[in-house]
Amino acid sequence: MVNYQERLDRTFAALVDPTRRAILAQLEREDGASVSELAEPFAIKLPAVMKHLDVLDDAGLITRTKSGRTVTVRLRAQPMREAMEWLRRYERFWSTRLDRLAAYAENKEAETRRKGR
Amino acid sequence: MTSLTLVRRIRARPAIVFDACTTAEGIAQWWGPDAGPVLFSESDPRVGGRYRLRFRRLGGSEHESSGEFLELVPPERIVMSWRWKGGVEDAGESRIEIKLRAVPEGTELTFTHALLQDEETRRGHEQGWTGALDKLEALFA
Repeated sequence: MVNYQERLDRTFAALVDPTRRAILAQLEREDGASVSELAEPFAIKLPAVMKHLDVLDDAGLITRTKSGRTVTVRLRAQPMREAMEWLRRYERFWSTRLDRLAAYAENKEAETRRKGR
Repeated sequence: MTSLTLVRRIRARPAIVFDACTTAEGIAQWWGPDAGPVLFSESDPRVGGRYRLRFRRLGGSEHESSGEFLELVPPERIVMSWRWKGGVEDAGESRIEIKLRAVPEGTELTFTHALLQDEETRRGHEQGWTGALDKLEALFA
């Protein structure tokens, strides 16, 4: 069982690559594409696309199902949701704290100026 | 690698913001989870020095934050480790980096929170991050 933290790392690492993001965006538009359909927009060879799909698969971002000679690729949204939740949670957490930090520092600045320093 | 970056403009000079981020008095003012009381706050702002704060939340539960100062370049850069005890989960040790830049109205603060991992992994992923997040937002907005 891969833990939450490792899953997040894999998701974010998978998303760092622009080709992989483009593949995900394509799957967003048309879920259930074949490997050759996915490879079409890119100026890269099929084996390179397969490697990107392996990374996305390892991160749990896609699923591949084979039917006869065709492999159908589908998007899996769950890891993306977890990644978004991590970001949103800490964004809220730190945003409120940084607001207070700003308010405190601004008071200190005003105080320092009143004292003529 | 997972990290989050927030930028704030503060109407105070960098030296004041730097102290607010590193002294026991400063961090007690803003680091707590809500308006509940600060039970204690201590800080030894030098490289290798530690800080520790304990709070009581308005709901009554107590939480503790602690860590070590890893880099201190007054008044422009602070790197510290951070561990949060008493939350829903102990997410392990994180790394916090605060960069301060003087701007006409005061200070531009760039706050980065990242999971602690080896430096090489961190550098490798840092570059691609902003773009990845934009796309992530666009994909699952």
